[in-house]
Amino acid sequence: MERCRARRAGPADAFRAGEGAAMPASLLWAVDVHGRVYSLSSAGQQWELWRDAPMEFKRVTAAQQCCWSLGCDNGIYLNVFASDVPVRYREETYENQRWNPVDGFSERLLPSDRWQWSDVTGLQHQPLHGFQLPSSSWEWEGDWYVDENFEGEPTEKEGWTYSIDFPSTYTKDKKWNSCVRRRRWIRYRRYKAMDTWAKIPSQPMSLPDPFSDISCGGWEISEEPRGRLSLWAVSLQGKVWFREGICHHNPEGSSWEEVPLPGEVVQISCGPGDLVWAVLWEGKLIVREGITRDCPKGLTWTVVEGPSPEVGASHVSVGNSVVWAVTKDNKVWFRRGVNSHNPCGSGWISMVGEMITISVGLHDQVWAVGGEDRAVYFRQGVTVSELSGKTWRAISAPRDGERSHSSASSQQSAGRYFSGEVQAQSVVNDADSDAEKGAGDGATFTTPEPLLGSASDPPSDPAPKARIPKVTSDSFISELVSDKDQAKPSKDVRVTPAVLEEEVLPIEGEESLLCAGEALPSTESRGGPASQWSNVDLEEAQNQQIQSAAVLDSAETCSLSSVTTFTLAGEDSYGAEEHPMWAWVSGGGCSVDSSSQLNWFSSSANTNSLTQSVQSMSLSVSPAQTAAWRRQICEQLSERSRREMDDFKHYEQAIEQSVWVKKGAMQWWRDWKPHKWIDVQFAFEQFSGPDGNKDGILFIYYNYYEEKKYLHAFINEVTILVPVLNDSKHTFAIYTDERTKQRWPIRVAAATELEMYDWLALLSVSCCESRGIRGPPSRQAIWSITCKGDIFVSEPSPALEAVPYPTPCDQMFWRQVGGHLRMVECGAGIVWGIGDPVSGYTSRGLPTDRYMWSNASGLQECTKTSTRPPSPQWTWVSDWAVDYSVSGGTDREGWQYAADFPASFHGYKTMKDFVRRRRWARKCKLTTTGPWQEVPPIALSDVTVLPGAAASSTIPLWAVSNKGDVLCRLGVTALTPAGSSWLHVGTDQPFKSISIGAAGQVWAIARDGSAFHRGSVSPQNPAGDCWYHIPSPAKQKLKQVSVGRTSICTVDENGNLWYRQGVTPSYPQGSSWDHISNNVRKVSVGPLDQIWIIADKVQGSQSLSCGTVCHRLGVQPVEPKGHQWDYGIGGGWDHVTVRGNATEPPRIALFSQKDSAPPTSRSPLPGGDAELNGSAVG
Amino acid sequence: MADDKDVLRDVWFGRIPTCFTLNPDEVTEREAEPYYLLLPRVSYLPLVTDKVKKHFLKVMRTEDVEEMWFEHEGTPLKWHYPIGVLFDFHASNSVLPWSITVHFKNFPDVDLLHCPSNSVVEAHFMSSIKEADALKHKSQVVNDMQKKDHKQLWMGLQNDKFDQFWAMNRKLMEYPTEEGGFRYIPFRIYQTTSDRPFIQKLFRPVSTEGNPHTLFDLLKEMCPDALTKDGEEKRFQVVIHGIEPLLETPLQWLSEHLSHPDNFLHICIIPTPTD
Repeated sequence: MERCRARRAGPADAFRAGEGAAMPASLLWAVDVHGRVYSLSSAGQQWELWRDAPMEFKRVTAAQQCCWSLGCDNGIYLNVFASDVPVRYREETYENQRWNPVDGFSERLLPSDRWQWSDVTGLQHQPLHGFQLPSSSWEWEGDWYVDENFEGEPTEKEGWTYSIDFPSTYTKDKKWNSCVRRRRWIRYRRYKAMDTWAKIPSQPMSLPDPFSDISCGGWEISEEPRGRLSLWAVSLQGKVWFREGICHHNPEGSSWEEVPLPGEVVQISCGPGDLVWAVLWEGKLIVREGITRDCPKGLTWTVVEGPSPEVGASHVSVGNSVVWAVTKDNKVWFRRGVNSHNPCGSGWISMVGEMITISVGLHDQVWAVGGEDRAVYFRQGVTVSELSGKTWRAISAPRDGERSHSSASSQQSAGRYFSGEVQAQSVVNDADSDAEKGAGDGATFTTPEPLLGSASDPPSDPAPKARIPKVTSDSFISELVSDKDQAKPSKDVRVTPAVLEEEVLPIEGEESLLCAGEALPSTESRGGPASQWSNVDLEEAQNQQIQSAAVLDSAETCSLSSVTTFTLAGEDSYGAEEHPMWAWVSGGGCSVDSSSQLNWFSSSANTNSLTQSVQSMSLSVSPAQTAAWRRQICEQLSERSRREMDDFKHYEQAIEQSVWVKKGAMQWWRDWKPHKWIDVQFAFEQFSGPDGNKDGILFIYYNYYEEKKYLHAFINEVTILVPVLNDSKHTFAIYTDERTKQRWPIRVAAATELEMYDWLALLSVSCCESRGIRGPPSRQAIWSITCKGDIFVSEPSPALEAVPYPTPCDQMFWRQVGGHLRMVECGAGIVWGIGDPVSGYTSRGLPTDRYMWSNASGLQECTKTSTRPPSPQWTWVSDWAVDYSVSGGTDREGWQYAADFPASFHGYKTMKDFVRRRRWARKCKLTTTGPWQEVPPIALSDVTVLPGAAASSTIPLWAVSNKGDVLCRLGVTALTPAGSSWLHVGTDQPFKSISIGAAGQVWAIARDGSAFHRGSVSPQNPAGDCWYHIPSPAKQKLKQVSVGRTSICTVDENGNLWYRQGVTPSYPQGSSWDHISNNVRKVSVGPLDQIWIIADKVQGSQSLSCGTVCHRLGVQPVEPKGHQWDYGIGGGWDHVTVRGNATEPPRIALFSQKDSAPPTSRSPLPGGDAELNGSAVG
Repeated sequence: MADDKDVLRDVWFGRIPTCFTLNPDEVTEREAEPYYLLLPRVSYLPLVTDKVKKHFLKVMRTEDVEEMWFEHEGTPLKWHYPIGVLFDFHASNSVLPWSITVHFKNFPDVDLLHCPSNSVVEAHFMSSIKEADALKHKSQVVNDMQKKDHKQLWMGLQNDKFDQFWAMNRKLMEYPTEEGGFRYIPFRIYQTTSDRPFIQKLFRPVSTEGNPHTLFDLLKEMCPDALTKDGEEKRFQVVIHGIEPLLETPLQWLSEHLSHPDNFLHICIIPTPTD
């Protein structure tokens, strides 16, 4: 917060650190003259087309949760935005029965009784088949089922509740005097038409006329019911209708009610609160009074005279406490004195600008569609104290699909990033240079027309424009302006400038001054009195200002138009592009205010940084800017551009500039001390390289003592993205190999969980794309799991196990796959995973389990909320199939849900979320093909698959149940990865770990910490014959074992890693334990005898990490224990398995290494050579 | 007056309209249409001709395809020279679009380096930058950069990202103000009259007396023949990026602004057209 205060010095960007940044993105809606609907995110910078619209639309009216629109068929359409909370509604009906001596309880009721099927009161007849979906936008979630829950208590199987008679109190127990009974049937329906335009069905009986206008609002009138909205509509006949019953679970509303009128209405506007105004056909306005929480429709209309006696009103828009109107001559008017108590206000004030429609949105912010240029304007400077705002500013965001413009935005952002300055600088320079040039031409600043003329007429300009396609978004705005100027050269200048200034307050003067450059006499540019808006009509004063404002703007216009000319010349796509013509805008869902940072405009907003940048970017300050040689170079360069490019604009560019940018406000855990979260701008640019591969760069822009700086990472260097949800922040960590070495990732926090997952999804897809990784994990994949159950998978490079130069561990790229598991075991192309049976995710995790950045206060990062399902946008690489093999009772709900699943469950998306949401999944099986299968209900604590088994044969799979029973799975093949049945293998005591290696070597660890070897395991005798007890290393209790081709490794409870010496085919039990390393938490020995561990206390250059994936280097047949560790991703990791990776490394280097390798040291003694063994501590 | 930055942009965004035609001797299954493309002057042929290759491969059988190479009027085009240099040197006074013939066999090993992949171009490009920095700053700047900074330079060129490239390249263009310029100017002079591929020698931006050296000073020392003597008709053009800067232009400024992305100032000396 102190930073905020410090930065207020610069008004232009003071808001950046403030609340504006935290505001989640919301949408501005607009319809263009062709009826296409676009939305512009408050955090975005281009109009996104709603391509799935069923037809052209005339109008839209938006709220934050939905958008209503009026189609060309005069029907009304609704677009409900998808959110985390689905729209579902519970239908219920009661089945009533009476007892009689003959039939017992039966549906034979007394004539005086209620219907056999009724509502809760018994008054309404409600048979099951009588329930219809309200519209085609709904679907049933499942079939009817009996509610077996009565006031929190489970009922008998059939859900009946009993009583003496109707109506009465019911009990769940049948008594001697229970004469009647009833039970509740439940069925859920779900609104399915999310994020799409669904037509509101017309009412068959009292069908209103075709509609001509709609307006929604009123959400601030009442909190109840949730999501309540008022929707007002005007029919072609001039009648007004009110839509009843709109709320969260009924987004479409239920019916139209006609509202009586004093005249014929042409247009209506409903504010967020209790303001509703409408325009009458003859140009007067009417105001609805008496709108309250209990009566959202209001009571009466009051007529208000239009602003001008001669010219009637054509359009009105209301907010919380403002009313804006447009008259038929396109003049804009502001109604003063409007508030809840005085909805009619007290007088009209004329405003500058000519608009055809206006939209007042949230926070009384105002948008409008220009009368001449049909651009969308945003009213700048609207604050609570100054509701009429300051200036109109044209939104210059490009529309999606405009290739050149999207590249423009990228350039813009690239510029901002790379130098913090580049992009903005060009604007200033243009303004500068052109102002100069203008003066040279003899144009004066008192007459705007000549300047505008020269601006749109390049040949009359001798100097310059030696500019090559300067693709900034400015060019877009000026394109608009210059086009227009050409079309209407003699038009009143008042409408031409892109920015209409009414008054130049000091705060804004800064910007104006900079735009216009020093050549512009400041006295003239601010000639008008700097008067504050008040409740006085200021039309007189404005007229003067208009003159000066126009001058100012024309200077800006002219400066920009030079860019335009060359933009048009530079890229052919510009030629075909016309500027967008808008017909309608709605800001009802757009949560911005005067302090929001918007990327909708040209980039000149941030004036402070501009000046800096100009200085910093001047590579050499040439004393003689006007030297002959320099001018000659500039002229020649522009001549060269003309010569070499002008006639060939239609040629294809060799390097496509398709760039895609996403930006957002985030927080960043700063790299320097004291470490803390600071507000940053986070941006991701993705572009297609010349070879078609997508690549991208991540930027973090931050301030360091008032200085703008940035940090960046290339997407193809990112090795892993790790979500780190904790109670207070939605954070994730970004690693590169460098960051892994440092043990210090880039940590960023998003404002909301949804945002975080949006970013994660986007970035992980991009990472995979840049590395050409797609599809499910391969059978060689290496799997790892964090202490929070997040699952990661890495495709091993062929050289990963190469000797002596393996791929460094920190360069491994890990991608996340769906689900939360405790362990994963893979081999022979099948993957099994075990969830956390008892504790869920909350109670797990020692202090060392945490990510190394969890603070010392012991803030628990693993909480229930942290295991919530990722957002729907999150695309998992593969599907987890849940095993519903749970015993009854506790997981009743799960059964129920399972029963609802369609038989072809595979690929059903909700499923994946469900696994996490319920967290009761006992055991998970990864499957990419095949149908749903059930496995007997045994909860597992460990599982092992024989690595490298031939895919065609039966795959040995052993497991330990959470009770300690050892189980052998029969019938597991690549085609039937779930196998057929369990075979129980008797033990004298409970076991806790098991592993199977090549040649049927099965090793296990008992709960007392000793090891066992299973004898005579073979394909013919898959369960073997007996256990051989193997004593543990002296004074150590073993806890885990892993068996590879010939190597057997164990980990004890003190973190020591042991290697079994002396194992031979004839003596498979081996002879002794050899110490390899300490600080080891888990080991995975692969089919090549490669050794990977989870190590603790790994020191990086900046931090220490616990729970780190490490790889043993130098492991060879002659040196099975290897000689040192290579450190990979961590900390916070809990599990790794390399048992799928049977890829033999290239053998080239092995030969020479063999020669120089020390002689085999298979010493039977534990401990061994310290130098040889080392430890996991780096 | 345009800023120096605009000069950098103009240089960067220079494009040469080019018409690629398939060598008529190539075996094709049907006739190959010519392919038209705007080539960035500051890039290298292998980086910008993927589309060309794709286009011609459509009409060819795979067994007839060897490494692609380019030729203009009988001269094989060296991919390791910037495209702008190739054009200025071989074709600056010919009619646009620049006509380039595409070959898929008979690779002229004598004239051209093989270029199996873009990583070869990257290696060449980075080594040029390093060489230039050795001249300018005794390699201090380039050595202080991280791997990803080098990557940024390369990616900037490869993806035609001016801002990305210059955000890093500006560091390579810095020098101590008191010295008035780089240690030596990295330049290469190409002459049609010479058998040597180019001239590259040590040359300081400032004279021993402390005066800034100009383009004239450089030429006078390196190839005096290129200069027009008094009373003589102009025989040669001195072309950098398709333009002829005045000879009084300070060399240091030229090096900062008209160098190619490889940080060398490539100067072509070509005969003045006779017509």
